[in-house]
Amino acid sequence: MRRPLRGRLRISTTWLGAAPFLVYSGVFLALPTVLVAVGAFSGPHGPTLANLAQLSQPYVVSAFLNSLLLSAVSASVGAVVGAVLAYAVATGSPDGIIRRLVTALCGVLSQFGGVTLAFAFIATIGTEGFIVIWLQQHGITFYPNGVWLYSLTGLTLIYTYFEIPLMVIVFMPALDGVRPQWREATDTLGGGTWSYWRHVAGPLLTPAFLGAWLLLFANAFSAYATAAALLDIGGVIVPLQISRAFSSEVGLNQANFAAALALGMVVIVAIITTLYARLQRRSARWLPR
Amino acid sequence: MPAVNRRRRRRLAAFKTVVYVVLGLFFLLPIAAMVEFATRGVGLTSPRTLAAFTSIGSDPELVDAITASLELAVITSVGMLALLLPTMIWIRLRVPRMVRPLELVCLTPLTIPAIVLVVGFAPLYNWIEINVSDSILMLAFAYLILVLPYCYRALDAGLSAVDIRTLSEAARSLGASWGTVMWRIIVPNMSSAVSNACLLCVAVVLGEFTVANLLNFENLQVAISILGTGNARDSIALAVLSLVFVFFFLLLLSFLGRALSRRRGGAARA
Repeated sequence: MRRPLRGRLRISTTWLGAAPFLVYSGVFLALPTVLVAVGAFSGPHGPTLANLAQLSQPYVVSAFLNSLLLSAVSASVGAVVGAVLAYAVATGSPDGIIRRLVTALCGVLSQFGGVTLAFAFIATIGTEGFIVIWLQQHGITFYPNGVWLYSLTGLTLIYTYFEIPLMVIVFMPALDGVRPQWREATDTLGGGTWSYWRHVAGPLLTPAFLGAWLLLFANAFSAYATAAALLDIGGVIVPLQISRAFSSEVGLNQANFAAALALGMVVIVAIITTLYARLQRRSARWLPR
Repeated sequence: MPAVNRRRRRRLAAFKTVVYVVLGLFFLLPIAAMVEFATRGVGLTSPRTLAAFTSIGSDPELVDAITASLELAVITSVGMLALLLPTMIWIRLRVPRMVRPLELVCLTPLTIPAIVLVVGFAPLYNWIEINVSDSILMLAFAYLILVLPYCYRALDAGLSAVDIRTLSEAARSLGASWGTVMWRIIVPNMSSAVSNACLLCVAVVLGEFTVANLLNFENLQVAISILGTGNARDSIALAVLSLVFVFFFLLLLSFLGRALSRRRGGAARA
C-alpha cells in the first residue's frame, strides 16, 4: 500500500538534497555565463552582430595576438623550467623537507600571483628596483635600451614566475608515476641515460607534459591582476581590453563590447580545454593518477 | 653496476643543487627585493625603517580593506562547507550517477576566466546592490564560485579515502539522522580534507583581485594596487605581509595534513 507513495517521495527528496547547490550554481555560475553570451549579441536596438564585428578592429586583433604570444612564451618557459624543477624534487625523498617546502612554496606562488607579484618585480627590476640600483652602484646599466619591465616583455617574465610553480604542481603526479623499474629495465637491456629518456620516459611523459603546457597557457591567457597592476591603462592584452571596455562610462554599447571580448576569450579557452581533456586521457593510460 | 649507480647519483645530486640554487634565486630575489624596498628610508642615505609596516595600522581605509578580505575569507569558507560538502556527500550516497555531472559543474570556473565571469556578474551585482546590500561582503557570492574547483578537489580526495556508504549505513541503522551522519560521522573522518579546503578558500579569497576591482569593491589586493599608484613602498610592505601570511598558512596546511594522516594511520594499526 505504502510503496508507491514512498517511491514518489524518494525521488523528490533525492533532488531536494542537491537543490541548494543546483540553484546556487545556476544563479551564480550558469546565469553569468549566459549573460555574457547574450550580452555579446545584443545592442541598444535588440539583437546584433555589431559587437562581434568590432572584434576585427586592428587594436582588438593585436590585443588577441599579444595575449596568445604572451601565453605561449610564458607557458613554454614555465613548462620546461617547471618540469626540470619537478624532476629534481621528484627524485628526492618523498617525505623530505625539500619536497614539502617546494610544494608549499609552489602552492603560494602559483595562487598568490597577481598584484603582489607585479610589485615584487617593480621592487626588483623597476627603475628604482633593488637589482637596478645595485648594478648602478657597480657601474652597470640594467636597462641599456630603455625600461622593458612595463611592457609585454616584462609581463612575460613575471608570468613565468607563477607558471613555473604551477607546472611543478601539475606535472609532479606524472613524474611520481614513473617507476624506477623502467629505468632498471632499460639498464638491463643495455640502454643508457639518453635511450631511457628518448624511448621510455620521454614518450610516456609527453602527453602529461603537453597537457600541463595547455593548462599553463590557459592560466596565462586568463590572468588579469598582474597586468592591471603593472600597466594600469591601455589594452595591450585581452583582459585589459575587457576591463577598459567594462569600466568605460561611454554607454551601454561598451558593456556589450566587453561581453563580445569575453566571449572571444571563452572560445579560445574552450578549445584549449578540449585538447587538454584529450591529452589527459592519453597520459592516464600509462601514468595512473 | 654499483659504480654506474654511484656516478649517476653524484651527477643527479650536482644537477639538483644547480636547479635549486638558480631557481631559488629567481623565486626568492623578488621577495627579498620587496622586503628591501619596503624598509627603505625616505632619502637614499637615510637608515632602514619599518615605518611602512607600522603605517598600515594607522590607515583606516587599509584596515577596512584588510578586515573585509579576512571576513570574506571566513564567510566564503563557511558558505563553501555548508553548500558543497552536504551536496557532495548526498550525491555520493543517494544519486551516484550524478557524481560526474557535479564534478563537471564544480570544475567549470577553472575554464572560465575570472575576467569573463565578472562581465556576467555585473548585472547580478547591480541587482544585489539595489535590492539586497551594497556591502563588500556581497562579494562572497562570487567568491564561492571561484573557490568551487579547488575545494571540490580537496573534499573529493577526502571523501574518496573514506567509505562513506558503510559509515552512513551503520549510523543510519543505529538511528542517526542525516545531519548526524554528515556532521558527526563523515566530517570528523575527513577532517584533513575539510581543513585543506578551508585553507585553499582563504588563500584564494585573500589573493583575489579581478572581481573586486571590476565591481568597484576595495578588498586587500585592490587596496594594495591603489596604494601602489601613490606610494610604492607602503603597498609593497602590505604585499610582503599578505604573502608571508598566506605562505605560513599553506605551510601549516602541509604539516597539518601530514600530522592528521599519521595519527589516523597510528589509530588503524593500534
